[in-house]
Amino acid sequence: MTINRRDFLKVSGAGAASTLITGCASQGGASAMKGNPKVVIVGAGFGGATCAKYLRKWGPNIEVTIVEPNDNFVSCPISNWVLAGMKSMNDITHGYGNLSKHGIKMVKDYVVGVDTGKREVKLKSGSSLSYDRLVLAPGVEVLTDSVGGYKEAEAAGKVVHAWKAGPQTAHLRKQLEAMPDGGVFVMSVPTAPYRCPPGPYERACMVASYFKKAKPKSKIILLDGNPDIASKKGLFMWAWNTHYPGMIEYRANNAPRAVDGNKMIVSTEFDDVKADVMNVVPKQRAGEVCGMAGARNDSAGVWCTVKLDSFESTTVPNVHIIGDSVLSNLPKSGHMATNHAKIAAASIVEMLAGRPPISVPVVANTCYSATSDTTAGYVANVFRFDKEKGYVTQPDGGATGQGDEINLAYAESWAQNIWAEALS
Amino acid sequence: MHKKSILLIAGLSFAALGTAHAADLRTQAISATCLSCHGPNGKSGGAIPSLAGLEKGYFVQAMKDFKSGARPASIMKKHAAGYTDAEFEAMGAYFASLK
Ligand SMILES: Cc1cc2nc3c(=O)[nH]c(=O)nc-3n(C[C@H](O)[C@H](O)[C@H](O)COP(=O)(O)OP(=O)(O)OC[C@H]3O[C@@H](n4cnc5c(N)ncnc54)[C@H](O)[C@@H]3O)c2cc1C
Ligand code: HEC
Repeated sequence: MTINRRDFLKVSGAGAASTLITGCASQGGASAMKGNPKVVIVGAGFGGATCAKYLRKWGPNIEVTIVEPNDNFVSCPISNWVLAGMKSMNDITHGYGNLSKHGIKMVKDYVVGVDTGKREVKLKSGSSLSYDRLVLAPGVEVLTDSVGGYKEAEAAGKVVHAWKAGPQTAHLRKQLEAMPDGGVFVMSVPTAPYRCPPGPYERACMVASYFKKAKPKSKIILLDGNPDIASKKGLFMWAWNTHYPGMIEYRANNAPRAVDGNKMIVSTEFDDVKADVMNVVPKQRAGEVCGMAGARNDSAGVWCTVKLDSFESTTVPNVHIIGDSVLSNLPKSGHMATNHAKIAAASIVEMLAGRPPISVPVVANTCYSATSDTTAGYVANVFRFDKEKGYVTQPDGGATGQGDEINLAYAESWAQNIWAEALS
Repeated sequence: MHKKSILLIAGLSFAALGTAHAADLRTQAISATCLSCHGPNGKSGGAIPSLAGLEKGYFVQAMKDFKSGARPASIMKKHAAGYTDAEFEAMGAYFASLK
């Protein structure tokens, strides 16, 4: 790829004034590396877009390129609210246009190969990009092959996961709207670890909230692959008992094994469950590109392990992984992905200047979940960095036991702010 | 500011840096993690308050009061509890410097 050098320098100059220290720090990097260091980022989701912005902010001489196939960012957070009819697809869809204002180069393409020896990524269009450091932020790959009959039923529009917000979210909303009163919505929860632990239980609340208003005789059967509610149990039990008594049937240890799109049946080890609308969410692993880079290096070969001061792979040099693809005790959330991005960006700026990574001593996570169209709760934790143990959970965090109106307002403000943090 | 003195400061720990003109990268990184809620550059949209331009003394007191419970909060007690007084000081100087 080429970058118009004169334009690039103009942008760098504008940014330099506000970042005195890092500005001069990274000049050292530039001379050490001959020319401007290049960072390629795969994926413009919560992790990738945020990382690009902070790399440009803290290292104005760094050439940052993002590869992303989608025209728009469609947010998973708040997508459950679309299922409730509280928000529209339009509300959760945002453009990438502002990223170029930071001097970030957007390439609309898909990465199909990584040569970590040559430090080069190959694109679907046939071209390639070279890098000094590579950031992989591809989110998750949903393993639809792990559920029998899934691919056929999905192709026929009979089952969706809607665990990547987009057309499947809109399709699921339409199916719920078309379902007769008294129908059965069967939803499954993948075995942990998976993207957004409270997400499935929030979705049950949001669909129940819609049913309560529009089709109150309907039922929800929640088939959980886990032995218990995996996140904010107290909050969700409270919500199901107070807002939707009798509507949600919860079955632990009930991972779907197969779906039948013609008969509309979800089969578990124990029985066949008849559904009017099927929302089966298969298990997941680190995004495809992590496999291409040889970075799915946990014991199961499924997720990526990283050095937590830099988010560089523990085994593949010059490759950093952020967001949902990372396996650690930090939750797989959009909130956390943006924070991975900031820690990685700070360390990459330092490493490109020939200095050791920054260990950011403290970081926090929050996940708000709506429990009805007027209430929400949250889980919040602070983690402090320890060289041996990584990020250690601090004692005073935790989840709310009930939802309330103020947290719903804050959840909405959180979404506005984190979208802006990633994309504005 | 001269380059030499900047480099000197960058080498110090963030805690010692309370009143420097530009916050060091570690302080900026810690502060940046608050912005997933409080908005880019500390400017919030919607119900969550903005942090940009808060006076340092006010900021530090607010964080201490959240931590102790003296100031009631929906969520800030859980966050403030995990940070040290030195971090409050460093972040306070940084957020006060944002316009
Ligand atoms: C229903 C639901 C509700 C949720 N609610 C919340 C919430 O309230 N709060 C919260 O914090 N989190 C929430 N999450 C979790 C949040 O969506 C994820 O944690 C977050 O998206 C992870 O960010 P990421 O950058 O890792 O991946 P993503 O945001 O998914 O971004 C990955 C990007 O990479 C691109 N990509 C993938 N492969 C390639 C390739 N080979 N080449 C080029 N580009 C590629 C993709 O197109 C995508 O744009 C929710 C998730 C779901 C499903
Ligand atoms: C999950 C979202 C969230 C995160 C993360 C968060 N805050 Fe807050 N903050 C809030 C909310 C909501 C309030 C309003 C008080 C309340 O109800 O907790 C607030 C209030 C504040 C206030 C009071 C502002 C005023 O005008 O009086 C300060 C100061 C503050 N936060 C600082 C921080 C700092 C520093 C961090 C990072 C260490 C941080 N916050 C992280 C949500 C958040």
